[in-house]
Amino acid sequence: MASLVYFSSTSENTRRFVEKLGVPAERIPLLPTEEPLKVDEPYVLIVPTYGGGNGKGAVPKQVIKFLNDEHNRSYIRGVISAGNTNFGTGYCKAGDIIAAKCHVPHLYKFELFGTQDDVTAVRDGLEELWKQQ
Amino acid sequence: MTEKLTLVSHVDAINWNRIQDDKDVEVWNRLTANFWLPEKVPISGDIQSWATLTPEEQTLTMRVFTGLTLLDTIQGTVGAVSLIPDALTPHEEAVYTNIAFMESVHAKSYSSIFSTLCSTKEIDEAFRWSTENQNLQRKAQIVLEYYHGDDPLKRKVASTLLESFLFYSGFYLPMHWSSRAKLTNTADMIRLIIRDEAVHGYYIGYKFQKGLEKETPERREELKEYTFNLLYDLYENEVQYTHDLYDGLGMAEDVKKFLHYNANKALMNLGYEALFPSNVCDVSPAILSALSPNADENHDFFSGSGSSYVIGKHEETTDDDWDF
Repeated sequence: MASLVYFSSTSENTRRFVEKLGVPAERIPLLPTEEPLKVDEPYVLIVPTYGGGNGKGAVPKQVIKFLNDEHNRSYIRGVISAGNTNFGTGYCKAGDIIAAKCHVPHLYKFELFGTQDDVTAVRDGLEELWKQQ
Repeated sequence: MTEKLTLVSHVDAINWNRIQDDKDVEVWNRLTANFWLPEKVPISGDIQSWATLTPEEQTLTMRVFTGLTLLDTIQGTVGAVSLIPDALTPHEEAVYTNIAFMESVHAKSYSSIFSTLCSTKEIDEAFRWSTENQNLQRKAQIVLEYYHGDDPLKRKVASTLLESFLFYSGFYLPMHWSSRAKLTNTADMIRLIIRDEAVHGYYIGYKFQKGLEKETPERREELKEYTFNLLYDLYENEVQYTHDLYDGLGMAEDVKKFLHYNANKALMNLGYEALFPSNVCDVSPAILSALSPNADENHDFFSGSGSSYVIGKHEETTDDDWDF
């Protein structure tokens, strides 16, 4: 079961976090030329925010495209976001926006590619979450 | 230091319609969208608040800001510029010119704060302190040496550690004042600087990792060892510097937590795992919240207490919702 869907830019920070979790995950394609991702079961989305500012462009275009697909959107159960507190009000903004738009909980925030504590908290949290579904 | 100036030997007209690395465009757009000038921040609103600080607190604040000015000056005139000849793409070169200019803007912004809040005599004294403080000068010296060295990847390591680690012994203080509703306009300006430095550290660290991909396993191991050694050197010096500054007000211990927290993030910008364990990175929540208002919300919904833990139910939305 693909319990996770994630987006990671060429910095690969989010991918590294997902790899550390060691649970099945699907990556939203980086390039518009790649086959779009289709999801057919409930998932939690992991998404990064970089740069700060007024929140404009906080959600990566590829993630918007993925969620604009109504079928994909219907399976989202929560969002986890990555960022950097140094971005001030922009910290994990993409997670806030997606949680509000999709009416799902913003489950967890971590910085860059996460520490070991973050990995443990998210791994345990996801396990609990799927038990309750 | 009299070595010959290294310049890019060949330049083609930069074509922004042919991009080799999308990250260059993404970061250029972030940086230009984040552009600001100190003149737009109403520092004069802090004059009354400044007067409520004790003379000791005022002196500390001025010293911290001259220390930050020195780092921004180094990064603007040497650091970011030294990265240009090693750039992998023309767009990367352009991004460094933006970074260099913004560092000069940062350096100037501290002078705006000084001219608004302090007397000329006080300003001159603070600058004199910055040239006489051994730990501050040593920190500048360590970084400058690496910028003058001949290893492009080591320059990127030094630069990322400066952007993402060395500033934070200084940034702590305006965040501390802000958490006590003091010097809030100054803190707004510092937050703009912090935001810029975060993008700089992220980008230079990213370029370091791109460069590392092309290296042999032995060389990667060498660079990793070098990075951690440099971090230890800088850290040791940073701890001394922190005591010089903050011991008088008894704040050094919390500042050190902030140093650990940021050292971890600097390492992550370079692609390395965090070094300091979480029990020495537990920065006071007031400081984190001054840094980012989003950071003091419940970070961890998973361990949310009791009844507040609710699983979200899916709800239909329309495509119109997605018009960000």
